[in-house]
Amino acid sequence: MVIHMNILVCVKQVPDTAEIKIDPVKNTLIRDGVPSIVNPFDAYALEAAARIKDANPDTKIVVVSMGLPQAMAALKECLAIAADQAYLISDRPFGGSDTLATSYIISQAVRKIETVEGKFDAIFCGKQAIDGDTAQVGPEIAEHLGYPQVTYGLVAEVAGDTLSVQKETEEGSEVIGVKMPCVVTFTKPAWDPRYPNIKRKLAANRAEIPVITAADLPDIDLSRAGLSGSPTKVKKTFVPSRKIGGVKIQEEGAEASAQKLYSLLREAGIV
Amino acid sequence: MQTKTKDFWVFIETNEDGSAKNVGLELLTPGKKLAEKQGGKLVAVVIGNGVDKAVEAANAHGAEEIIIVDRPEYRRYSTDAYTIALCTLVEKYGPTSMMIGATSNGRDLGPRVSCRLNTGLTADCTALDIDEESGNVAWTRPAFGGNLMATIMCPDHRPQMGTVRPGVFKKSDPTTGVAKLIREDIPVSQEQIRTQVLEVIREVGQENVDLEGAEIIVSGGRGVGGPEGFALLQMLAEELGATVGASRAAVDSGWITHAHQVGQTGKTVGPKLYIACGISGAVQHVAGMSGSDVVVAINKDPDAPIFQIADYGVVGDLFEVLPVLINEVKKAKK
Repeated sequence: MVIHMNILVCVKQVPDTAEIKIDPVKNTLIRDGVPSIVNPFDAYALEAAARIKDANPDTKIVVVSMGLPQAMAALKECLAIAADQAYLISDRPFGGSDTLATSYIISQAVRKIETVEGKFDAIFCGKQAIDGDTAQVGPEIAEHLGYPQVTYGLVAEVAGDTLSVQKETEEGSEVIGVKMPCVVTFTKPAWDPRYPNIKRKLAANRAEIPVITAADLPDIDLSRAGLSGSPTKVKKTFVPSRKIGGVKIQEEGAEASAQKLYSLLREAGIV
Repeated sequence: MQTKTKDFWVFIETNEDGSAKNVGLELLTPGKKLAEKQGGKLVAVVIGNGVDKAVEAANAHGAEEIIIVDRPEYRRYSTDAYTIALCTLVEKYGPTSMMIGATSNGRDLGPRVSCRLNTGLTADCTALDIDEESGNVAWTRPAFGGNLMATIMCPDHRPQMGTVRPGVFKKSDPTTGVAKLIREDIPVSQEQIRTQVLEVIREVGQENVDLEGAEIIVSGGRGVGGPEGFALLQMLAEELGATVGASRAAVDSGWITHAHQVGQTGKTVGPKLYIACGISGAVQHVAGMSGSDVVVAINKDPDAPIFQIADYGVVGDLFEVLPVLINEVKKAKK
């Protein structure tokens, strides 16, 4: 049986948090010069979609991102890896959205994209973005659309009108059957996601990526979008205090060091 | 949503045997203070099946009122059933604030519930307070892999919701509880639960890697050198009653499974004692363990960044240090 899956993968362009340094004088984040990357968890979601396409070549993979125009670079990378079509959601009224407003805008855009690409059977997201670390946008998109969700997915397979998703749990893993259409968020699997090849890369560079603005979404209620439409407000941000004055133990020989460590831990009532 | 009370709710996640997960009981501790400041009651919400043990525990650890939903369809966690139950209760009772433990299930449930109630949710908080000026809950959480802290408020929507990281707060000493018990019957049909567990795969040889709930973690990184090195860590862990953790470098090298991984792409832990062996201390790893009460680092490289966050740093070869340490622990036990 030929399976025509239609999958939407949501991606976010994020600063590579591994490259973020702290200004030792001002005690603030140094964001200048930090490279932007596709959120790694979203890359796992794209890989999961690509694996479904490996098994069912008639599958279509569409990627969408909400962000500033430079997020085009992230979408092009996804096209170079495995996606067939890309859309960018970008407009001034969307700026400053928290997770509830972001997921609302994306769910509105999904309905718009579906008028062109057809109804999506599944929407894949990374479990969280490495800058915000909230893990909320995926489940909130599911709720806005009224779809069931599976979080912490590793890999998914199509079985008729359901998706069977292997998900990570605190005890190991589980296979969950979920009726489509559905939302699945993905975490890090045991394998590395595929890389772009040169041919796809060249094609991706030439690709025209449509931009979806507020004007393209006739049903959107803009009082639920952007900074003013977000229920949560950031009151302040600060760099966490680092531990100072830790005890360094470097005795003559490892045995003496280990003994000193143990006696210090005992004195402090830690062991 | 309209609030009807100034009550502060804590969701008590249950295990399949009807006992409470620790995090829910931990959250009753800050919940009590916040409820007092808000001028309301501390209410525990227990959902599950055969949950007497969880109710008893919530009672003993400070809940003033306990709302119980106890039905077979809640034995196993499902997003759909639990969302229906929690939203039904919130709409009926109208609490002003609600906390959920930031476990895997808690972080699956929280955004689904907050979105249905059209309110704000702050994820994975590590500090909580009431803002004196506005009376709102001030939720503080790490972002950018732990490099930045943000304090977030939800001024105009109710209930104010947050998921809170396990291990940050401590359970209060148990007392003879006097909580008022309220039973609610919220049936959910098979059709309303759109997911089904088809198979449960327990990790081979490691029936339960409970890093989030561990009080002591012995964790290894690239410096451990291979699976043999982890056998040494395992020996120390057994002596201390600890759980073995690992950095991404060790997991990616195939020395130990991903279930043991601590850090941004692994688990977030908050034990009383974290012993980092041969771990350099990359930002992504620190993001997962900076909530530990006491950090011990053992590393050959005196410049390893892990020493910057260690309370006790041993500069030395872990293969020489650990056997002595194991011996000391054994001696002390006798």
